Amino acid sequence: MSPTRTTSSKVILMTAVVLTLSFVSGCHKKSSGVDPNSLGPTTPTVAPPTASITADPLAIDLGQTVVLNWRTQNATSVTIDGVGQVNANGTQTVSPANSTNFHLTAKGDGGTAEANVRVTVRVPVAPTVPPPSGNLPGDMGSDEEFHKNVQDAFFDYDSYDLRPDAQAATAQAASYLAAHPAIRVVIGGYADERGSAEYNLALGENRANAARTALMAAGVAPNRLRVISYGKEKQFCTEQNETCWQENRRAQFSLDR
Amino acid sequence: MFSLARLYTTSRKLQVLSLLFAVANIGARAQDNVFTGTNTGVSTIRIAVADFKPSSADAQTTPLKQTFDTTLYSDLANAGIFDIVSKSLAPQVTPGAPNEMNLQQWSSDPANAAMVAFGSLGVQNGRLVANGFLFDAKNTQYPQVLAKQYSEEPSEDSARLIAHRFADEIIFRLGGGVAGIAETKIYYVKIGGGNKEIWEMDYDGANQHAITHLGTVSLSPRVSPDNSRLAFSSLGRDGFQIKTYSLLLGRMVNFPAVGGTNLSPAWAPNGKEIAYSSSRSGDPEIWIADLNGNLARRITSFRGPDVSPVYNPKTGAQIAWISGRTGLPQLYVMDSDGSGVTRMTDGGYATSPSWSPNGQFLAFAWNRKYGPGAPGGQDIYVMEVATKKWIQLTHDGGRCDFPSWSPDGRHITYANTADGRADHMKIWTMLADGTQKRALTGTGADMPNWSWK
Repeated sequence: MSPTRTTSSKVILMTAVVLTLSFVSGCHKKSSGVDPNSLGPTTPTVAPPTASITADPLAIDLGQTVVLNWRTQNATSVTIDGVGQVNANGTQTVSPANSTNFHLTAKGDGGTAEANVRVTVRVPVAPTVPPPSGNLPGDMGSDEEFHKNVQDAFFDYDSYDLRPDAQAATAQAASYLAAHPAIRVVIGGYADERGSAEYNLALGENRANAARTALMAAGVAPNRLRVISYGKEKQFCTEQNETCWQENRRAQFSLDR
Repeated sequence: MFSLARLYTTSRKLQVLSLLFAVANIGARAQDNVFTGTNTGVSTIRIAVADFKPSSADAQTTPLKQTFDTTLYSDLANAGIFDIVSKSLAPQVTPGAPNEMNLQQWSSDPANAAMVAFGSLGVQNGRLVANGFLFDAKNTQYPQVLAKQYSEEPSEDSARLIAHRFADEIIFRLGGGVAGIAETKIYYVKIGGGNKEIWEMDYDGANQHAITHLGTVSLSPRVSPDNSRLAFSSLGRDGFQIKTYSLLLGRMVNFPAVGGTNLSPAWAPNGKEIAYSSSRSGDPEIWIADLNGNLARRITSFRGPDVSPVYNPKTGAQIAWISGRTGLPQLYVMDSDGSGVTRMTDGGYATSPSWSPNGQFLAFAWNRKYGPGAPGGQDIYVMEVATKKWIQLTHDGGRCDFPSWSPDGRHITYANTADGRADHMKIWTMLADGTQKRALTGTGADMPNWSWK
């Protein structure tokens, strides 16, 4: 019985200590909640920790390294997920195998601060050999097949509004895309050679976006569409007449391989 | 930046004066809407340049002296503030030092010069040494205005550099304290092999060489105010993105890619921000980021293309740009926080603004009768920002585009194609009143950008 009594008296003692502690701290909390001034000037004000973390570069290819650089203040314990316990300030070179969030937690007497940086790792994807023929799932089909069914949209000069013929072209493109869900499309915006290069690139962007908006309105998912403006930097036709200029004012649909 | 700021404060009056003079000049001839209505009577200084005297018998002296003489004469002739004595009217003597100078020969007819530049040049002990003097020909008692000595490695580049430096000293003294531009650079787009790369040349068209070798289409080079970086727009897999190149490191430096088409960067005069056109939100708008491409914020918000921003280099507080919000592209001005939008042009097709160093004028390309089958061409115009009065600087020479002011505000470089074909573009320079046009490059050069200093 004697050992048991000793153990139980220890438990009682510890319980009492815990109770006392919690009573004291509870009282402390209460008084600070009621009247912070009653605590007097002796209570130290603990500054909350600060934390920041950067990575250079933010994106790497697989196998390359990234330099992490972090700074904290007023922290007693600093950890980085995936790295572990670290110094308050420091740098470290890491080589993550895939895209990683480096999450820094700085704990101090004044609380906890967190900082985060994401490093993107570009993992090379082995090129897949397209199947020789047939319209298997995931196959976009041939360029010839695509261009037979999808016509480019043409525009008036200095305009990015879809004309009736362009609306017909985008509607046709939308229905073809609905029937072939594996196809992704890049929409190129083009302008004729008149006017200025910078403005024409912006205009080409608006033309390609007009076509993109029409396709999206017809139900094509936006992640299947990519927009690039070429302005007047890539011309379909280089003569100086209206026929040629009209050729160049277009939104071009092509397979986004 | 310091020297620029000082330059502006000390020299603004003269700069304005000379430009107003230039403007009044052409206004009297061509337009009824002149800026001042007065010819302020500022006259150009008649200056003669003697061929320098060879100071050694070294074999390199003769070709280097030839380069030096040609460059010095050309710098002064093109400065825009001199009436230069043609070589055929100048005395056939080469005074190499002040005691060999007979001012009477130069101040009397036919040379009738007010100022004479002369000196000696030669390769001595493996160094190219030049002594240059500028004398006031009408002041026989104390004629010396300037005496300079230069010593460089003997090379063609050094000979040109010394000539540029001596010319800039003369222009600074006689041009009202405005620093000369003979040591400035022009960045431009070189068209070749289906690609467009960024190139650099001296202000007079010499020393043309490639900066980038990206193998794609790069456009709109803009050099930072301290000549340390180039910003431009380059075509990649996801369209055009802003790129930056360090002229100090000789390599590309990171500028993060974002969505959409990103075009036409412009440096704030403090060198800390870049304004550019970005369509990441689906419509091309003007954005401002810091020079590393971070903290981007949008400052326009209107349907239609917004491109080609340019800061007021005097204050940094305003941005001029091109917007198609009402149809054809027009020239607008706003405060650099996006407020106070003011339309500047009343019609036509306006593009490619460049703001004069003193903040008073905008140069831009304008086709005032743009439309299907409409006559008229795209020419270079200058508009006074305060009054919206404009003058036309080019006429009937084919399509002109991309004007860019020289740092002294006396010159404008621009691109021109006589037959309208894009690959026939050449880079030209002219005085800001439209006179003294001359080509700096052959065909296949476009989008010039004059350095800030």
